[in-house]
Amino acid sequence: VNPVDLLPLVLLGGILGLDVVSFPQAMLSRPLVGATLGGIVAGDPLSGLVMGATLELIALETLPVGASRYPEWGSASVAGGALLAFSGDSMAGSMVIAVLASLAIAWFGGWTMVTLRRLNGSLARRSADALERGSRSTLARLQFTGLGVDFLRAAALTLFALILFAPLQSILLALWEADARLSRAFVVGVAAAVALAAGWKLFRGTPGARWLFLGGLAASLLMVGAR
Amino acid sequence: VTAQAAPSRLPVALRMQILARMLLIQASWNYESMLGTGMGFCMEPALRRLPGGTGGDAYRDALARQSGYFNAHPYMAALAIGALARAELDREPTERIERFRGALCGPLGSIGDRLVWAGWLPFCSLVSLAAFGVGLGAYGVVILFLGLYNAGHIWLRVWGLNVGWERGLGVAAALGAPALRFAPPWIARAAALAGGIALPLSLDRVIGSGRVFLGGMLVAVTIGFVLILQLHGRVEGWRLAMIALAAFVLYSVAT
Repeated sequence: VNPVDLLPLVLLGGILGLDVVSFPQAMLSRPLVGATLGGIVAGDPLSGLVMGATLELIALETLPVGASRYPEWGSASVAGGALLAFSGDSMAGSMVIAVLASLAIAWFGGWTMVTLRRLNGSLARRSADALERGSRSTLARLQFTGLGVDFLRAAALTLFALILFAPLQSILLALWEADARLSRAFVVGVAAAVALAAGWKLFRGTPGARWLFLGGLAASLLMVGAR
Repeated sequence: VTAQAAPSRLPVALRMQILARMLLIQASWNYESMLGTGMGFCMEPALRRLPGGTGGDAYRDALARQSGYFNAHPYMAALAIGALARAELDREPTERIERFRGALCGPLGSIGDRLVWAGWLPFCSLVSLAAFGVGLGAYGVVILFLGLYNAGHIWLRVWGLNVGWERGLGVAAALGAPALRFAPPWIARAAALAGGIALPLSLDRVIGSGRVFLGGMLVAVTIGFVLILQLHGRVEGWRLAMIALAAFVLYSVAT
């Protein structure tokens, strides 16, 4: 990978990582958006979109609820979409490796967010006296420091992910033996199982939701069968 | 600087300032004050209208009060920002403001989580996945998802700020608004329907040449689904997915 190619991806990863919590929480960081944009920047929008759809199925399980620790999908999706675009969607194993890399990055990214929250807490504690005096400059400084550090965190995470996983992906693809069709079916099956379980947990308590799900499923299977 | 009484409608310039700042409400989120500093930051332009302006004691006291611990859903916090800014400008007693502020945290958190994180977000994801499944392209899917999701997101912030400002400390009644009470189950039903439609269509598009393994895949999906439900609360599905994919990579490169 040409280092110059990484710069727009790193900036995109920084911006989308920022969207997870700090600014503006417009869900630019959802995999469907992040991986697609990553694919577009890396030159293969369709690979990015396919990657985004697969990761989105998995991400349905993880909701960005307040103080809970959840995967950081913003930077991870950008890196994942770009990794699949670099290797080419058609290569055996490329999707399995890109999805696995994205999950690992999202997991590590979740840890970096916890660290950032602790840092924000420590900065706020140090500024407690000024805050109690109603200092607006302190308030603005805390907000913009948090914002800046979060951007740097997400951009660094994206850079680290691409530097680590792009060569690793090449090595693994050279050794890849499993059938290309089986590889793809496997990753799709895993994503589908997670999505199904997420849907069940989210909607099972709502009267009528199960029947609507089954109705939609039946209609959709008919459409797929008719293709 | 003389005091400016709170106008009955939020002035447009002030509203835009607060709305813009609300996009940054979680910029310094931390485990101690949570949204607290963000709340103070969002409300600050309104507090400048207090007697004495930014140099006055009323402004400083109010800003310090509003920068303390606060926890709510980030979009629903708009309601609290509007209501608390109004209460400060109406010079309500401090104890009353503080009590009200504390009481808002729980309801605004739980309503927002149900309405947005567990309803609107999955619904928009699933509708967009269904659109992907029927063949919509990269730009189309991104625009559809962001347009749909943010129509709800922005509406909620604007509605919250306006209602909070108009009702001040009487805003609790707005939490019982039909849109907030009845929307979550209807959104959940719509999302369930969209989910049923989206799953086979999107899987069919992603799987491509892997269709020859469709029968085996359906069995594997069912087993995976049951396994994740059995392990609910102990291991999350995405972690299991990571383990399964790592095992598959090892198998594929070691054979």
